[in-house]
Amino acid sequence: MKFMDEYRDAELAQKFAREIHRLTTRPWKIMEVCGGQTHAIVKFGIDELLPEQIELIHGPGCPVCVTPLEVIDQALEIAARPEVIFTSFGDMLRVPGSTTDLLSVKAKGGDVRIVYSPLDAVKIAEQNPAQEVVFFGVGFETTAPATAMAVYQAAQKGLKNFSMLISHVLVPPAIEALMSSPDCRVQAFLAAGHVCTVMGYEEYFPLAKKYRVPIVVTGFEPLDILHGILMTVQQLESGRAKVENQYARAVSRVGNEPAQELINKVFQVVPRKWRGIGEIPQSGLGLANEYTAFDAAKKFGVAHCQVEEPAECVAGLILQGLKKPHECLAFGTRCTPEHPFGATMVSSEGACAAYYRYRRR
Amino acid sequence: MCLAIPGKVVSISGEDALTRMGRIDFSGVIKQASLAYVPEVKVGDYVIVHVGFALSKVDEDEAQKVFEYLKKIGELGELEEPVS
Repeated sequence: MKFMDEYRDAELAQKFAREIHRLTTRPWKIMEVCGGQTHAIVKFGIDELLPEQIELIHGPGCPVCVTPLEVIDQALEIAARPEVIFTSFGDMLRVPGSTTDLLSVKAKGGDVRIVYSPLDAVKIAEQNPAQEVVFFGVGFETTAPATAMAVYQAAQKGLKNFSMLISHVLVPPAIEALMSSPDCRVQAFLAAGHVCTVMGYEEYFPLAKKYRVPIVVTGFEPLDILHGILMTVQQLESGRAKVENQYARAVSRVGNEPAQELINKVFQVVPRKWRGIGEIPQSGLGLANEYTAFDAAKKFGVAHCQVEEPAECVAGLILQGLKKPHECLAFGTRCTPEHPFGATMVSSEGACAAYYRYRRR
Repeated sequence: MCLAIPGKVVSISGEDALTRMGRIDFSGVIKQASLAYVPEVKVGDYVIVHVGFALSKVDEDEAQKVFEYLKKIGELGELEEPVS
């Protein structure tokens, strides 16, 4: 595929790796924020091409992983109702709630459907006026333009039987939360390319300045990631802490302004709980006042649902880069992708699942 | 989850900016995507698509820069090769 295959050239990857080796003089800890990048790093063995001094810390950028347990429980409660058609991206179906998951609800007769786009859910609502159609709106800024458009179009069409269970999260407040933690070991960030495709990268300037960390907007193919690491190491070795853009073929400084406009119209910034981390102020999107009629948690009265996470799972420490997956006693034994304890083993983009799949050590 | 992939716009339908749709070719697999957020896109352009929405037009000049940069590193590397 054009703009993908050429960025997977093994020889060129080696060239980047040699340059990174040549420049690295000291140990550096770099966090890749996005789960898609974690997956690519482990799948292609990118970390194994790097000098030993460079440690990649896998960040919290997997929306499936950070959706809090109580929201999963809310989804399960709504999906089990007979009048509901519950629609979701496929990745959410196996995420364990307190007692069950969406696939099991489906197996017991719940009408749970996987959709490719939130607009498909709007279409299902139009075609099934006698049913309540709920879309599970999870994701980072990348996905927000799609969910915002679904709500906006449902409002335009006057659909009364469409609503959304929303657990949208934002990247910059999570970086802020990580950096302000006294345990933080991260010295630089690879920022998530597609989040910046939507949002641009101006909101990272104050973070780079305040915490004196280089932040490099990075793509998802092996050459992109190696290039992003090289740009980061160049900054670290020369004592700079700037925001740079490796992924300029898809990201501009201001991002996608029409998308931001609709996001700002349909959503408002709210505090949000992250699975494994806890509540982070101003780190999520909820529906703006004008659109609260589309809030499934209110519509079905499930907003009260609060639960604690299982104590044995160290996903929170992994999401903050304080532990690696294989350092968990349950990893690969009692906790597997088939029977996950927690967030990071669930999604293929979670650090534990990526290590389990590609690296059994 | 933030997976977004590049594809080529093969046709465009719809007049209204919010409902403009494109047929996008991902190496032979054709899928529909909303072009609501990329009003500047024309047939033949490459776009990055995520959950049924084109999020940006691929900047083809920028796409080449990584390879130009690698070429430069290569040339520098050769200059630094030890003589003996």
